[in-house]
Amino acid sequence: MPDDNLSLTAKREAAVTALADVPREPGAKKPDPILVADDVKRHFGGLLAVDVDHVEVQRGSITALIGPNGAGKTTFFNLLTGFDRPNSGSWTFNGRSLHGTPPFKVARAGMVRTFQLTKALSKLTVIENMRLGATQQKGESFWRAMLPFTWRSQEDAITQRAEELLARFKLDTKRDDFAGSLSGGQRKLLEMARALMVEPELVMLDEPMAGVNPALTQSLLEHVSNLREQGMTVLFVEHDMDMVRDIADWVVVMGQGKILAEGPPETVMSDPRVVDAYLGAHHDQSLAELEEQLETGTLAEEVAAELGQEPAETVAVERTGETKDGR
Amino acid sequence: MDWGNILELSLRELIGVQAIVFALAAIGINVQFGYTGLLNFGQAAFAAVGGYGIAVIVTTYDMSFWLGLVVGIVGAIVLALLLGIPTLRLRADYLAIVTIAASEIVRLVGRSAWGRDVFGGSDGITGFSNAFYDLNPFTEPFEFGPFQFRERVLWVLVVGWVLVAVCTLVVWLLMRSPWGRVLKGIREDEDAVRSLGKNVYAYKMQSLVLGGVIGALAGMVYSLFQGAMQPDVYATNFTFFAYAILILGGAATVFGPVLGAAIVWFAFQFIDLALRGAIQQEYIPSWLMDANDTGAVRFMLTGIVLVLLLVFRPQGILGDRREIALDAR
Repeated sequence: MPDDNLSLTAKREAAVTALADVPREPGAKKPDPILVADDVKRHFGGLLAVDVDHVEVQRGSITALIGPNGAGKTTFFNLLTGFDRPNSGSWTFNGRSLHGTPPFKVARAGMVRTFQLTKALSKLTVIENMRLGATQQKGESFWRAMLPFTWRSQEDAITQRAEELLARFKLDTKRDDFAGSLSGGQRKLLEMARALMVEPELVMLDEPMAGVNPALTQSLLEHVSNLREQGMTVLFVEHDMDMVRDIADWVVVMGQGKILAEGPPETVMSDPRVVDAYLGAHHDQSLAELEEQLETGTLAEEVAAELGQEPAETVAVERTGETKDGR
Repeated sequence: MDWGNILELSLRELIGVQAIVFALAAIGINVQFGYTGLLNFGQAAFAAVGGYGIAVIVTTYDMSFWLGLVVGIVGAIVLALLLGIPTLRLRADYLAIVTIAASEIVRLVGRSAWGRDVFGGSDGITGFSNAFYDLNPFTEPFEFGPFQFRERVLWVLVVGWVLVAVCTLVVWLLMRSPWGRVLKGIREDEDAVRSLGKNVYAYKMQSLVLGGVIGALAGMVYSLFQGAMQPDVYATNFTFFAYAILILGGAATVFGPVLGAAIVWFAFQFIDLALRGAIQQEYIPSWLMDANDTGAVRFMLTGIVLVLLLVFRPQGILGDRREIALDAR
């Protein structure tokens, strides 16, 4: 089916072209944003976990949100989807403000998330998990639930849609198994398929590859890029750079709650700020060296320098360079 | 020992009023705990509200029996809302704490000297069941083999089992519908259900109200049968007894609570009579136990049976072993 292949590349092509002229800087404006967040802050006690000035997500693209552990990615996700409340800030989805909206309304608006720790509903069968995802079910109202003839035909339609999705995610053989009996990777697939039952415009995947057998990651990646082919926008959290490079059209890097950098995967990954955030500014030194420096006091100088007050920075760096060569 | 007599008396309990009352209470808990995962430790309060609804309206205020029924049910709904509104947004444990406290509050207010004029104090209220027995269509005792039921008991049993059947039917219908699917989803992981666009809070509230109303029916049946509404019947052990019955029968199964209630009351009576018989015949030496101890010993034996059940069949009699196995993963 050459047509399929053509449209497959066309969608990616379209997303990349649309983003081509976007400046590679934090908070860059996108031509057609589906999600816009402004000045979102979340404190946990004294810790400022999320401090995002401005970020936009381009419609029809796959945007990766990356960053080291503790960068605030998941917290930011929770804020956007209503699972956590920010101390300040505002954001709009499709031009509609979602600030203070409870999670279920966020999902109904067309913004559906998955979770880092997969939430397959263990004691429901796979097909029941899927059916649960469908929205606007008549049989979900208390009084109508007792009158099966009022919801039977809708249930059949939902089941058919669920079976199609299961087939696409290769879970159709597990249809009547308990979700709790699935493997970790299968649960991820189920959760993604279930999210699609909501018919979202924006799919937010929190670490879709975490804890998945490497043999399965490739197929998971394909499923993620397929979402774009079906006209959905994807925002996903990941900390494995290689995964991101393969499928993302745009990458947003978070570190210590802030947006550090933005851009297409190739550009972002060579950005020194990103490398520092990921590996630490001292990533090419061993702990023993750092300890030695700490004892001699040079590290303190260096830290002070990095914080941007002392011009003595170059000296400190040179000196550490010497010790390194000496070994 | 007259085994025939023991069996006959025990079988009467199998379908007796106690079994009906605790079947209803356990059906309510099954909706809340079994299907939705809500830890309502205050089922006794809902039963007490149901009983007080009729008793207070009919005896204290001298109004219609039917109004009493309505007040009892509305009272249970109001209690569910009162308990649910502050706690259902929080973690499951908060509901457990609040409901167990509320059930004691209801009982203590009911038996307080302060409310004696309305609730009758610790003696409770009597004289409200005439309207119910006036409706009794049975004019003579019913005989079935060795069993004989007086017309009053027969009337309570018929009404009670019809109620149990209706409640079971409602639960069966609901739990195979999309509504029930949402509840089961909430039991497994409420955040996942939220992320799929369901108003979890509203569903939990509906579950709490439904279970509470069924609990109120239990209280109504019991106080009408007794002809008296006594607050101390509805102490916390009422709730825990209903939980034990539910777990025995199988939580999250449609017939589990009914089966559990029937078996427990049958076993209670059977153990009690068998022990008494054995003591009388001196099969059990008197230094070990006498007839006065049977009440305590039957609780001990029931406890042992429950422990064994949880070890060897944690899913209950009707439960699905595979579901329990998933928890171990």
